[in-house]
Amino acid sequence: MGVATYIKDEKDAIKEVTLQSGIKIKPVYTPDDLEQIGFDYQEDLANPGDFPFTRGIHPMGFRSRNWTTRQYTGFGTPEETNERFKLMISHGQTGLNVAFDLPTQMGLDSDDPMAEGEVGRVGMAIDSLKDFEIAFKDIQLNRIGSGLTINAVASIMLAMYQAMAEKFGYKKDEISATPQNDILKEMVGRGAWIYPVEPAVRLIGDTIEYSMKELPRCNPVSVAGYHIRESGCTPAQEISYALMIAFAYIDNVVARGYKAEDFVGRFSFNLNIYGNIWETVAKFRAARKLWAKLLRERYDVQNKKSLFLRGIFGGGGSGMTKQQPENNIVRGAYYALAAALSGAQTTALCSFDEAYTIPTERAALLSLRTFQILMDEIGLRDTVDPLAGSYFIETLTKEMEAKILEEMEKIEKVGGMVEAVSTGYVQKEVALQAYEFEKKIQEGKVIKVGVNKYTEGVDMEVELHEYNEEWARLQIKRLKELKKDRDNKAVKDSLKALEKAAREEKNVMPYLLECCKSYATVGEMSNVFRDVFGEFVEPSIF
Amino acid sequence: MGKRKIRVLLAKPGLDGHDRGAKVVAHAMREAGMEVIYTGLHQSVPSIVNQAIQEDADVIGLSIMSGAHIPICRKLMELVEEQNIGDKLIVVGGVIPNKDIPTLKDIGVKGIFPGGVHFDEIVKFIGENATK
Repeated sequence: MGVATYIKDEKDAIKEVTLQSGIKIKPVYTPDDLEQIGFDYQEDLANPGDFPFTRGIHPMGFRSRNWTTRQYTGFGTPEETNERFKLMISHGQTGLNVAFDLPTQMGLDSDDPMAEGEVGRVGMAIDSLKDFEIAFKDIQLNRIGSGLTINAVASIMLAMYQAMAEKFGYKKDEISATPQNDILKEMVGRGAWIYPVEPAVRLIGDTIEYSMKELPRCNPVSVAGYHIRESGCTPAQEISYALMIAFAYIDNVVARGYKAEDFVGRFSFNLNIYGNIWETVAKFRAARKLWAKLLRERYDVQNKKSLFLRGIFGGGGSGMTKQQPENNIVRGAYYALAAALSGAQTTALCSFDEAYTIPTERAALLSLRTFQILMDEIGLRDTVDPLAGSYFIETLTKEMEAKILEEMEKIEKVGGMVEAVSTGYVQKEVALQAYEFEKKIQEGKVIKVGVNKYTEGVDMEVELHEYNEEWARLQIKRLKELKKDRDNKAVKDSLKALEKAAREEKNVMPYLLECCKSYATVGEMSNVFRDVFGEFVEPSIF
Repeated sequence: MGKRKIRVLLAKPGLDGHDRGAKVVAHAMREAGMEVIYTGLHQSVPSIVNQAIQEDADVIGLSIMSGAHIPICRKLMELVEEQNIGDKLIVVGGVIPNKDIPTLKDIGVKGIFPGGVHFDEIVKFIGENATK
């Protein structure tokens, strides 16, 4: 969670404000604060589009380009997802953000016993290329980019996306996919991991290396501080962990003999807009600056565009409440405002019913409208980085930068992010923060409207997105037919070649592409990796 | 010899990996003097029941965020009956719509704690209802 902690006197005057990252806010800021903190325009800010990009990565910000909106979409069967995709595009959405169901995320086919009750529930079910062909039918893949929320099996999905696009006649150099592909944060925060840390990171290295050569418009990794923040860490930790995770992936590819300069420009980030508005804005500005500075320092990246912190600033899920759910519409609008004031490039917003379920059509549209109102009505496109130069915001941005570096130092001390995740160090820290924060909410030290203040005693029932048992039946039926109709010899051969490549530590991507084209299933490909790599065992953190 | 602590097996059944709630509640239960065994993610229902037996847990707590609480609880209760461990207190927490609460009670889940419930309430309920 993450709004500030307030100490007030008996007359309700605020005596002290402490942001979740641990920074105290003063009642008034003046030019003295900037002087004290050593603020320098060129070094700390510079113009938008100039290093270190604190003010944004484009010189003209939203003036030259409205943000891309990508509501998280996908449920049930590929057919239903395809319909929702088209609906969102017809309403002005400019990119897709694809949700997969849990069996798919976990590399299980729809007929796996562990998949029971989960097929199509929190996203669409994908068993094979056949399903992708249905889901993306009639989508202009050379114009619409797709975020794929998939991690443990992201390599498989990226290969499948390429296979699907090529089948529809697109060239591989004109398609743009952004698989989330951040397994370290899954191990800290979201839980959809399969393989042990090292081979899992290697698979990410494979996708980065492959994209560099074969898929120039794809962004192979979207480092998601987002979910770690949702799991309870502070905004400063969110950025520090995300940067440390990104460095872990860079190191994997650099160890293969490449220069970071050649691939890091395709990295993107997925960061959270939930929290105190000032802390959020300062967080994004500090993050852009640090990413650029540290890439230069650590990896000698010089190309300007490779230093951009690009990505989606969105979501806000853990700010949403089950109590008085309509308040979430208002919250969402403020979170979106924070994203706009931070110069977000791409955005998405959790829908008001998301504390309960995946969004209904109406709720998803409301989120889209929220963005459109900000950009087209309220004036967020008028000027670039409107908060720049504020005594407060600039002081806070510098303080945030220092906090983020402090948190990064802690991870460095335990041996870097791969080590910190393997031992459970980060997981422990995040769980502790979550507990402390929850206690503050329950004790009323942190205020949540409708939860611990201004309560109405009655929760509103929201309109639920119903789970349909029929989805599983249809998916399983299609899977059975597929296994009967496909060339099973070709499947077997491609899987065998994949296994060999995995064992010999070759880049698995070309082999996955062949598997996908032969209509091998997600479960079959994942199981090859399970056999070769084994499975992750969670470190005990209690 | 002091009084034996209440033993809680806290489990994440199924594929859902959102464990913030489970970990936060584990902290709170421990602070309230209970012994908590956390299963970790991606547990099958039979494995949860086995662990509950092996660990001699008084309470089985499920944390479910995916919306699959009804089928999972149904399966768990079938196994509880089969294994004859009906003396264990079954509670569930997570993303649970109000309208599903009666169904869960009918299935035999004793305590139902949707997101946002106070720690005190969970701890008090377990303290009063667990048979050691």
